[in-house]
Order: sequence, then structure tokens, then C-alpha cells
Amino acid sequence: MNYYAIRSIYKFEMARAWRTLLQSIIAPVISTSLYFIVFGAAIGSHMQEIDGVSYGAFIVPGLIMLSLLTQSVSNASFAIYFPKFTGTIYELLSAPISPLEIVVSYVGAAATKSVILGLIILATAYLFVPLRIEHPGWMVLFLILTAITFSLLGFIIGIWADGFEKLQLVPLLVVTPLTFLGGSFYSITMLPPFWQTVALFNPVVYLVSGFRWSFFGVSDVDVTISVGMVIVFLILCLGVVTWIFKTGYRLKS
Amino acid sequence: MQARFWPFPLQSATMQPIIAISNLSKTYASGFQALKGIDLAINTGEIFALLGPNGAGKTTLISIICGIVSPSEGTILADGHDITVEYRAARSKIGLVPQELTTDAFETVWATVSFSRGLFGKPADPAHIEKILRDLSLWDKRNSPIRTLSGGMKRRVMIAKALSHEPQILFLDEPTAGVDVELRRDMWDVVRGLRDRGVTIILTTHYIEEAEEMADRIGVIDKGRIILVEDKHELMQKLGQKRLTVLLQQKLNHIPPELAAYNLELSADGLELVYTYDTQGERTGITDLLSALRSAGVTFKDLQTTQSSLEEIFVNLVRNGA
Ligand SMILES: Nc1ncnc2c1ncn2[C@@H]1O[C@H](COP(=O)(O)OP(=O)(O)O)[C@@H](O)[C@H]1O
Ligand SMILES: [Mg+2]
Repeated sequence: MNYYAIRSIYKFEMARAWRTLLQSIIAPVISTSLYFIVFGAAIGSHMQEIDGVSYGAFIVPGLIMLSLLTQSVSNASFAIYFPKFTGTIYELLSAPISPLEIVVSYVGAAATKSVILGLIILATAYLFVPLRIEHPGWMVLFLILTAITFSLLGFIIGIWADGFEKLQLVPLLVVTPLTFLGGSFYSITMLPPFWQTVALFNPVVYLVSGFRWSFFGVSDVDVTISVGMVIVFLILCLGVVTWIFKTGYRLKS
Repeated sequence: MQARFWPFPLQSATMQPIIAISNLSKTYASGFQALKGIDLAINTGEIFALLGPNGAGKTTLISIICGIVSPSEGTILADGHDITVEYRAARSKIGLVPQELTTDAFETVWATVSFSRGLFGKPADPAHIEKILRDLSLWDKRNSPIRTLSGGMKRRVMIAKALSHEPQILFLDEPTAGVDVELRRDMWDVVRGLRDRGVTIILTTHYIEEAEEMADRIGVIDKGRIILVEDKHELMQKLGQKRLTVLLQQKLNHIPPELAAYNLELSADGLELVYTYDTQGERTGITDLLSALRSAGVTFKDLQTTQSSLEEIFVNLVRNGA
């Protein structure tokens, strides 16, 4: 293992986050706070409890997931797209570093940033709504697994994208709708039966449901299924990444 | 530092090459064949110039050796390691300064050069980085973000990055294209220093003077094929033409008709006659010329010979060969 390389890339990426602190941390915190104010406080006070949880608290796990997913994807996709765009990728390709080490360092850094962000949003949520976390261990596990999985997805998008439009389009057209339709703001049991079935094809449903279970002990789908789905999705992404490096897809001519 | 005492006798002709390329071909996805069956051996410690016109395949060849482009066919050993199978061992020996100016923008000079060293698997060594930055006149700029630097400075940064991990083999792809005189001089100083420490240097260029000035050996590449590899001096001797300049005692207004057979050129001031001859020829014709001069009554005070430049050699090669 080339540990020095992993450490260099990781440090480089974390330094970039620090430099763009406003964009990477403060902006998502502000926008999530607005959600809390609008949905939690303003609208939430007129909503009934869901599964015995006040609406303001109910949406917290979903909102954290929303930020976690979008930030993981955008962090990781940008991190690998940018060297491709500027041409500095030549150095990465010519370095004595394995594909696994490249993925570990970029995805590791992106996931670290998202987890930190998720925890900051969680802390922010405490300011607005009374919260309890029934299974903190599971909560952290979901946070980390999700961050890694979606950072991997972002990494793939970053390699695939050959222009800034594509880089922004996928998160906009795929990730955001999936998250909004994934039960961040409601329980999917509130949907008509047909749409409930459709929702089960949305991987985000399992993430939000499992994550919410770790807070309140209630969930739309069984928590083991949730964990299973995250792992399936993780393996799927790993498979694609392996294929990318085997073939040099969009990396080498 | 210890490399400074690298014993020179090691670089004998019997040594196995530090880079051995056999039957290398590259066809790009577009279907264009950029390299056609390249066989090439680079000796340890030499400065090798790969000379060829634009589009000859120089960058493609270097990019394949460094792992940026995948080969279609053939094998390459770097210091005995196959570049695809044992890529770790091979690549950690190699430093690359690519043709295009591509650097990070927001990082400082110090950070980006240190980053490169780590990427190539070496523990931090601030003293080494400092030495490189000083050698390349970058020390004063070490804390500046790269985007604030001029183009020439950015190229220095790229050289510093390539040297950060103390490579044994250094590739310089068109190192002086669009570079100012000062940087060119600094760069050649650095290159000579590296060579003195036993580093092998491969540079590509389409400027013949550059190959002539720097290289120990020269390979000529054209349309994806290596058409010639020669020791620089041998090459120039073998293919070169020499000029004999006759410095005259008295000014001539025109070349005497009895000397027409020698294709002489008369300088504008009428004080020099230039005779061009082929060193490869059976006879140079100098003796004949001198007696012809005497019988024509032309007296001279001195004679000078000059070697023709690689430029002429190259033009001849590409015109006649391939
Ligand atoms: N990615 C690519 N796809 C298709 N053709 C390419 C690619 N890169 C280079 N070429 C072609 O291969 C030839 C050799 O290019 P290159 O190695 O850059 O030449 P040089 O460095 O000697 O100028 C050129 O004709 C160039 O157009
Ligand atoms: Mg080139």
C-alpha cells in the first residue's frame, strides 16, 4: 500500500474543503436551517404527529440524509472531475498508486466531509426541535455507510462527466428527486398503495427509513432490509468503479 | 545527496538499459495509429533526445511509458520492471514534466510540490523540497498560490513536482516550448546537475538545436516510427556535412570560372569562400580545391571547418528516409 499517497490526497482534499468552507459547510447548514424553520416550525405546528413523533422532529433524519446525499455526490464528483478538467490528472495516472488507493483517498475524503456536515446539521437541528436518538451506534453506521456509498456514486459521476453540465445535471435530475420522493418529509405509508410500491424501487427510501429508525425506533421498512439495501448499493458502486479502472474508461486513452 | 557520489564507471556500455521498449504500438480509439512497432533502449545516465516533427508520436510514447495512455501492443521495462504489471516499482522511479502547462490553481507552490512527493510514495522531506525550489528559483514564491504565478513560473513548478520524489528517470516533454531564456538556462543547469548524479533524462523536442545542445544520444521519430538512433557526435559525423571556409587575402568580386565545379559560395564582403563537402564521401575534394585555388591565383590567409547542424541532418533524413 502506498500510504503516503493516500495521506497526501486525503490531506489535499480536506484542505480544499477548508479553503471553501463557506461552500462546503456553511451553505448546507443555512439551507437546512431554513427547512427546519419552514417545515419544522411554521408548517410542522399544524401537522399531526407521525408514528408518535412530532413533525418537526420527524423530518430531521430525512433532512440530514438529504444533505448527506447531495453533498457526498457533489464533493466526490467535483474532486475527481476537476483534475480531469484542468489536466492535473496526469499526475495521478503516472503515480505509483493503485485504483483502490485512489478510490479510498478521494471517497474517504468526500465521505469524511459529508459525515462532519451531517453531524453539524444534527447539532443545528437540536437548536430547533427536541430530539432523541434511540440507537446512536446505528445512526453513526448509517451516516458513514451512506456517505461512503454516495461518495462512490459521486466519484463515478465525476469520472463519467465530460462537461460541467453533466456534472450538475445528474445530482439535479436524479439525486434530488430521489431524495425528495424518498420520504424525507413524510412516511411512505402515507402514500397511495400504487406509489408505495413504486417508492420501494427508490434506494433513498431505505436510507431515510433506516436512519429515521435509528432516531425514533420506527420505520417504513424493516431496518435489516435498509442496511442490506445500502450494502447492495455500495457493492454495485464498487463494481462500477472497479470496471472503470480496469478499462481506463474516461481516464486513459 | 548521496547520489552525488554515484560512481561514474557504472555507466558502461554493457549495462542493461534503464528503459527497454519492444514492439510498442498504439492505436487510439479514433483508429489513428500513433506508434508503429517501436523498439528503443535508453541507457542509464544518458540524456536522450527524441527528435521529431509535431504529431510524430513523441508525447504518445512518453505518456505510455508513464502510465497515462495505455499501449495497444508491446512491452516496456523501466529499470527492469514491466510498466503495466509492476507499475508501482516502475512508476516510482519516473518523473514527468508534461508538455501542457497543467497545475493546480489554489494550492501554494510548497503544498503542491510536497503533495507530489507523497503521491509517489515518499515520506516528507522539507530539506529536499527546499533544495529543488531554490534550484528552480521558486523559493521566494513558495507560499504563493499557483494561480498568481506567471506561465514560466508555473512551468518551474511542474519541474519541481516531477523532481520532488527524486526520480531516477526524468521525462521532459517539449521542455522549452514557449519558455524564456532565463528559464531555459536554469532548466539546463538543473538537467546537467541531475545527469551528474546519475539520473537518466529523456527529452522530446522538435527544436534541433536543443537536441544538439543537450543530448548524448538522439533518436529521430517520424509518423510513429523511430527512423534512427545514434550517438550525437557519431550522428553528426556520419551524416553531417562540413563547411570549409577559406579566408582570402584579397577581396574577390566574383568566383573565378575555373572554380565553378566546386559550387563555392562567396561571402557578401568578398573575403570568404565557402566550400561544402560530405564527410561520408570517399574523398573530400579539399586537396583538389586548394590546388585549383592556387592555379587560379587566389591567395588565402586561413582555413576554417565547421560541422553542419543537426537541423540539416534532420531535414535530409526526413526527406530521404521513411
Ligand atoms: N487521444 C488521441 N486520440 C486520437 N489521436 C490522438 C490522440 N492523441 C494524439 N493523437 C494523434 O497522435 C499523433 C501523435 O501525437 P503526439 O504523440 O502528441 O505527437 P507529438 O508529441 O510528437 O507532437 C498525432 O497525429 C495526434 O493527432
Ligand atoms: Mg507532443
